Amino acid sequence: MEDFHKRIAGLVLRVLALAATLTAAIIMGTSKESANFYALSFEVNYNDTPAFKYFVIVNAVVSVYSFLALFVPSKSSFWRLIVALDLLVTLMLTSCISAALAIAQVGKNGNSITRWLPICNQVPDYCDRVTIALAAGFAAAILYLMVLAASAHAALDEDDCC
Amino acid sequence: MAHENGMKPDDQVEPVLVSEPREWLLLTLRVIAFLATASATLVMALNKETKKLVVATIGSTPITATLTAKFQHSPAFVFFVIANANASFHNLLMIAVELGGRKFDHKGLRLLFVAVLDMLTVVLASSGDGAATFMADLGKRGNSHARWNKICDKFDHYCSQGGGALIASYVGLGLLTIISILSTMRLVRLKPLGYQRAPVP
Repeated sequence: MEDFHKRIAGLVLRVLALAATLTAAIIMGTSKESANFYALSFEVNYNDTPAFKYFVIVNAVVSVYSFLALFVPSKSSFWRLIVALDLLVTLMLTSCISAALAIAQVGKNGNSITRWLPICNQVPDYCDRVTIALAAGFAAAILYLMVLAASAHAALDEDDCC
Repeated sequence: MAHENGMKPDDQVEPVLVSEPREWLLLTLRVIAFLATASATLVMALNKETKKLVVATIGSTPITATLTAKFQHSPAFVFFVIANANASFHNLLMIAVELGGRKFDHKGLRLLFVAVLDMLTVVLASSGDGAATFMADLGKRGNSHARWNKICDKFDHYCSQGGGALIASYVGLGLLTIISILSTMRLVRLKPLGYQRAPVP
């Protein structure tokens, strides 16, 4: 593959990952709903769950990083740092999506052993928004795995020593 | 100046690793990472606590029931066990490849496979850790907004054993990250696939 094609592929993947992380952060960050549960009225917010807060923070940070990494010129000495940062960012994305999925699964199905009731019946709109944000976050994790492969492949061709 | 950068020299001699030194640092790190992830798997898989608890009070007689907390009750912990089991199996396989796989090298792809598999394993291990961490936090502090009670005040041995497994797997995750970076750097250093600039004639 020529260098130019490799660079274009890496850039396209990174732009897609930027879009996915931004979508996930924004949709999760604006998820809140008020519901009346018998006589109690309670409001559900993404902020109440530490896993969802972590998800929003990680996706916001990763989208800023993706945006900045788009402007690194090729053949500069930054690329090895970019590859290492890409690995760290992929780790953070996979850990935040799996944490959010774990808590969202409890919210949807409950846990009969610990007597945790599912909350999706009371706040269905909140659950739908969270589902969309999680889908975007999952796509972001997979896209970043491909970005990591592309940037490692591009960076390994550059210099001949570490 | 015929070749572009990075093009594999198909019409030349196959790149052969003349002298590949045995990497003792990488091997030591892999052994420690294997011990960490394997102990995390075992400690969480054997995590079980049975307790007699008062579940209700009728009049003045308390009704007790025997409740068991097992790791299988939470899908996040099941995923944690599976991910750490995969990571420890991967470490074992890579130790075996490192020690005895020198002859199974087809066109230098062995080092590339090792580097790629290392990256995939570290990603899997990090996702297992993330899920289990937040599920453990939910069990420890509960979630007052969703009316989910904490369970660690009743099953404290279960919680502390789970916490120990989490710490071991974080150690394994950190070591796996270092191992992944080292094995990727090894690709650059030893250049098995022709990852190099074209020779200047």
